[in-house]
Amino acid sequence: MSGPKKATTHVNQNEGLIFEKSSPGKKAYRLEPLDVPAVDAAKLLGAAVRADVGHLPEVSEIEIIRHFTRLSTWNYGVDTGLYPLGSCTMKYNARVNEVAARIDGLAYAHPYQPERLSQGALRVMKTLADCLLEITGQDAITLQPAAGAHGEMTGILLIRAFLQSQGNPRKKILIPDSAHGTNPATAAICGYAVENLKSNAAGMVDVPSLVAQMNEDVAGLMLTNPNTLGVFEQEIHKIADVLHSKGGLLYMDGANMNALVGKTRPGDFGVDVMHLNLHKTFSTPHGGGGPGSGPVACKKHLEPFLPAPVVCEKPDGTLGFDYNRPKSIGRVRAWYGNFGMHVRALAYILANGPDGLRMTTEDAVLNANYIRKRLEGVYDLPYSTPSMHEVVFSDRKQTAKGLKTGDIAKRLIDYGFHPYTVSFPLIVPGALMIEPTESESKEELDLFIDAMREIARECEQDPQLVLDAPHTTRLSRLDEVLAARKPVLRWKPQAKSAAE
Amino acid sequence: MRYLPKSPADREQMLRELGCKSIDDLFAPIPAEYRLKGDLNVPRQMSEQEILQFFRQSSRDNAAGYATFLGAGAYNHYRPVVIDSLISRGEFFTAYTPYQAEIAQGTLQAIFEFQTMICELTGMEVANASMYDGSTAVPEAAMMSVRLTGRSNVVIARSVHPEYREVLRTYAQHQGLPITEVGFGENGRLDMAALDKAVTDQTACVMVQSPNFFGTIEDVAALAEFTHKKGALLVVSIAEAMSLGVVKPPVEADIVAMEAQSFGVPLGFGGPYAGVIATKEQFVRQMPGRLVGQTVDKHGRRGFVLTLSTREQHIRREKATSNICTNQALVATMATIFMTIYGREGLRELAQHNLAKAAYASNEFGKKGKVLFAGAPRFNEFVLQTAGDPYAINERLLEQKIIGGFPLKKFYPELGNAALWCCTELTKKENIDAAVKAVAQ
Repeated sequence: MSGPKKATTHVNQNEGLIFEKSSPGKKAYRLEPLDVPAVDAAKLLGAAVRADVGHLPEVSEIEIIRHFTRLSTWNYGVDTGLYPLGSCTMKYNARVNEVAARIDGLAYAHPYQPERLSQGALRVMKTLADCLLEITGQDAITLQPAAGAHGEMTGILLIRAFLQSQGNPRKKILIPDSAHGTNPATAAICGYAVENLKSNAAGMVDVPSLVAQMNEDVAGLMLTNPNTLGVFEQEIHKIADVLHSKGGLLYMDGANMNALVGKTRPGDFGVDVMHLNLHKTFSTPHGGGGPGSGPVACKKHLEPFLPAPVVCEKPDGTLGFDYNRPKSIGRVRAWYGNFGMHVRALAYILANGPDGLRMTTEDAVLNANYIRKRLEGVYDLPYSTPSMHEVVFSDRKQTAKGLKTGDIAKRLIDYGFHPYTVSFPLIVPGALMIEPTESESKEELDLFIDAMREIARECEQDPQLVLDAPHTTRLSRLDEVLAARKPVLRWKPQAKSAAE
Repeated sequence: MRYLPKSPADREQMLRELGCKSIDDLFAPIPAEYRLKGDLNVPRQMSEQEILQFFRQSSRDNAAGYATFLGAGAYNHYRPVVIDSLISRGEFFTAYTPYQAEIAQGTLQAIFEFQTMICELTGMEVANASMYDGSTAVPEAAMMSVRLTGRSNVVIARSVHPEYREVLRTYAQHQGLPITEVGFGENGRLDMAALDKAVTDQTACVMVQSPNFFGTIEDVAALAEFTHKKGALLVVSIAEAMSLGVVKPPVEADIVAMEAQSFGVPLGFGGPYAGVIATKEQFVRQMPGRLVGQTVDKHGRRGFVLTLSTREQHIRREKATSNICTNQALVATMATIFMTIYGREGLRELAQHNLAKAAYASNEFGKKGKVLFAGAPRFNEFVLQTAGDPYAINERLLEQKIIGGFPLKKFYPELGNAALWCCTELTKKENIDAAVKAVAQ
């Protein structure tokens, strides 16, 4: 490493890799004395014994605390401020959720402990399942999928199994060009060919082209609603009818349910199967990339195919797992899903109740429209269709000066905000996809709007300032091309001696 | 609503600016017939005390305060308090996938450290930034083998976790990946003669678990030699990562599909956990999932970014290596902190404690029942065959607030009255002695 070790005027010291702090003999643990005779590992394991675990660090507890605390201060989280990543729904993560998930009997429950000693965990799962069925307007649900994309796979396999049971799983899945990248990848790993569906001028599914493309080879349509433009598919029921008339099914990607909870239910407008992202809509924290949780809710006709096991009520009134499901698509994950996320999502629902859930949705939509109104004209709005919980602008006005959405995003960091989504949807070149969520006060929204307006002015008057952003972070813009061209994916011991 | 930061006056003013009479004007795009008229039928809004009461009651209705001999893919290890203290920092747990590297260096560097530690522990050259869990890492490794070899069949040991095999079957059934299962021999290891029959010139990979579901350590070097001779890849699944502290890592394997739960992740009734795929450098472009790479900023300072994303779904869409989008960053961070706390010495000592407890227990149980698969080394689990029904033995133990071993009848009926017992550093000698007594009754 070049330069002084104190890298910036950040509130704390620079921090190397934990391996670079290691020296033999430092310890951050103490084991309790063995209450059984010690053993000779080499004698017990023979050729399978390990000589050395390799270059794991040897450090003390205070160094660990400082290391990870310092690292954390280089991260931006929802706790830091507005995090308007569109389609990712970065809302406030309530602390009571965390306390609930850490209560001993829930946090330390073994998945194979007897059902009779798991009634509490089963009650949490059953109560959450009932709430999610009510919210989605569906008939049956599995909490097993570990993330949204895993839920997509589960849902498409349900469609496949249902159609198979009628004699033909069919060949194709239709996917609008505005869809998340996971949708086509999911269809492919479920053995389907992907056929694109063009959006119309309003950014919605073009029903006449759907009619033209729909035939008996099509198993289903994967539709995000509101879609990735933040637009509600107003003809959703017609879309469902077109699919159903030819025996296909409608899958809804529930990534954007934050716009609908308490206001409308997908089951009521013809959706056959959908997933929910608990970390998006129900405030379970996403932890820098996971864990997620992607329950899948469906109509009655798909229920027999749900992954085993499902939670059931037994004749004696206790809860248990039903493994005897001959038509099931099988398991998609060991055990019952990300139970710790189920606890957090249920805590969120209980804290809100029916009135709170509805008002949450209303505030999310209000916030997005407020931003839209106050930035319209400053940034190009490619689709004027009404917005729900997120709004998509484009960088068209700024590209004249050579500035792209990514540059504006980096400059936004200097104003103390996490950037919006820069890469979606594909149908809007240079998209700025903004989703404020309900968690923002009017003051925070106004600050964000002021920053966006100021950056638009800078793009006109001092484009280089924006091109060189960010200026206030510990590191300046990172070379992603170098990282991909010459991958360095781990620390190596010799790297240390070279630096010394 | 206490999570919503706007006052009624704020809402009024914002609606006025939008030219709306009421909030429902904003929901006009939803056709009227599909708009809810009344309240959702979910429990009423609760106070914080009520919410905690509900979950505390749920905790009491679970086996809170029981000692346990359950393992079978989910392991009860001590979690140092430092872990929760650090991962509860809002900048870690309220962040998203680190798409904006300049303000996500904390997560990115922690993951880079995780990747490095996993490589050191497994003997592989590269590791991804985690998968959902060990069970889904198995089909991802199978699909990776198919891409690498151009072959389509998968051979898997019956001694791989039964639920992992079920997950593999779900993934494989619609991708034209036939699966052949191979049984185990007298010593609990993969039956080599049966393997020889199962592997063909269309076998993409042989998948084993080590320590396997019975706790037995497979002869990975011999399996690798055989598998490579047939032109297939060897995938080794590891469900009990703690074993890596004292058991030789599967360096001869091509892909390691691992579960990191043992490293500081609470049992949590089965999740969330963190899977990992680790492999050789030459296979990195076919590896699914996120990867963090080192790079520099424009002043030459070291920094980290998500990299090699051209393999991923947001770029390659239906041609991506996998549809996996999220990883388990926070859980991977837990594991990283755990590995840092114990480090080079501690992990070894911990693993030795596990070994010692299991050795003592299997020795004591061996006086009252039959410990199967004695001919091969094992780590912290063993199979005990008893005269009596293991469910009845467990009933007796429950009266002493002890949860006994995992009865194997459901998955391996041929083993009769057998159960899988697990001892970790948290297993007390007095509980082992009590369990031995219950078996003898």
